[in-house]
Amino acid sequence: MFSFGGGSSLTSVVPDATPAPAAPPGTGTGANAQVLYVFNRGGVCLLYREWHRPLRTLDPTQDQKLMFGLLFSLRSFTAKIDPTTAEKGNLGVPLLPGQGCSFYSFKTNTYKLNFLESPSGIKLILITHPRTGDQRDTLKHIYNLYVEYVVKNPLYAPGTPINRCELFNKHLDQYVKTLI
Amino acid sequence: MALAAIYSLFIINKSGGLIYYKDYGSAGRTDTNDSLRLASLWHSMHAISQQLSPTPGCEGIDLLQAHNFDLHCFQSLTGTKFFAVCETGAQNIETLLKVIYELYTDFVLKNPFYEMEMPIRCELFDLNLAQVIQKDRVTLLGR
Repeated sequence: MFSFGGGSSLTSVVPDATPAPAAPPGTGTGANAQVLYVFNRGGVCLLYREWHRPLRTLDPTQDQKLMFGLLFSLRSFTAKIDPTTAEKGNLGVPLLPGQGCSFYSFKTNTYKLNFLESPSGIKLILITHPRTGDQRDTLKHIYNLYVEYVVKNPLYAPGTPINRCELFNKHLDQYVKTLI
Repeated sequence: MALAAIYSLFIINKSGGLIYYKDYGSAGRTDTNDSLRLASLWHSMHAISQQLSPTPGCEGIDLLQAHNFDLHCFQSLTGTKFFAVCETGAQNIETLLKVIYELYTDFVLKNPFYEMEMPIRCELFDLNLAQVIQKDRVTLLGR
């Protein structure tokens, strides 16, 4: 089970004075972030951002659906193939967040996909260069940005795409720049 | 389980069918149907991961990292896939999979009674594979 340390609490009502959560140490190592997806537990793509993507095999909607389907299947596959757990249930049965063994990344020769699922079922996917190291702290930081600037935004309707939370977009871009 | 750097080994043909499965100490029991399904599922996800690549030339997943295990996958040029579920952080599994590929070419493909794409039932392959795994296990114990 993931544990998320509390982000910095808001002490000011002035939006521009809101401090961004401190970045985890040692993340400015040129991880070369390329694409970020955020899905909710129903499979709706809340956010799609790309910084470096020369190849687009599918149109955006199909790409996002295929990505969610891959993660869902991989999650089920991982829980079933886990060699350290005796009772695993049937393959393909939907899993609750945190239930069963979960994966946190996979690597191919052209990219590395880093994955984080929060206890509420929010899925964050960060695609980076294949030789980047462990990105779990990076994803936790991005999740903290999501909590601070999206969840705490009373004008944001849960379950809809995040496209008008400008503080979130600004801080996300600032943070991702430290990774490139 | 304490000795197993490798928990299980799967070999999949180019159509996604499971042609070899060997368990080396997983907890619980994976029955034949489950291993077939897992192999087919891996074949599909390997292909989908190529479609989702942001840059050209993707050859599919070669390492899946989970909290309790790592899964290393090697795909030959002819499309046969070898994947092993092993301990997190296990080293040299890529090399081991290539050695297993050599055993496959020597003892399975050169067997005149073996039909392509069918399950592997070659005694010499089993014997040599067991020796390689055992040797690798001893090497890992010395780390």
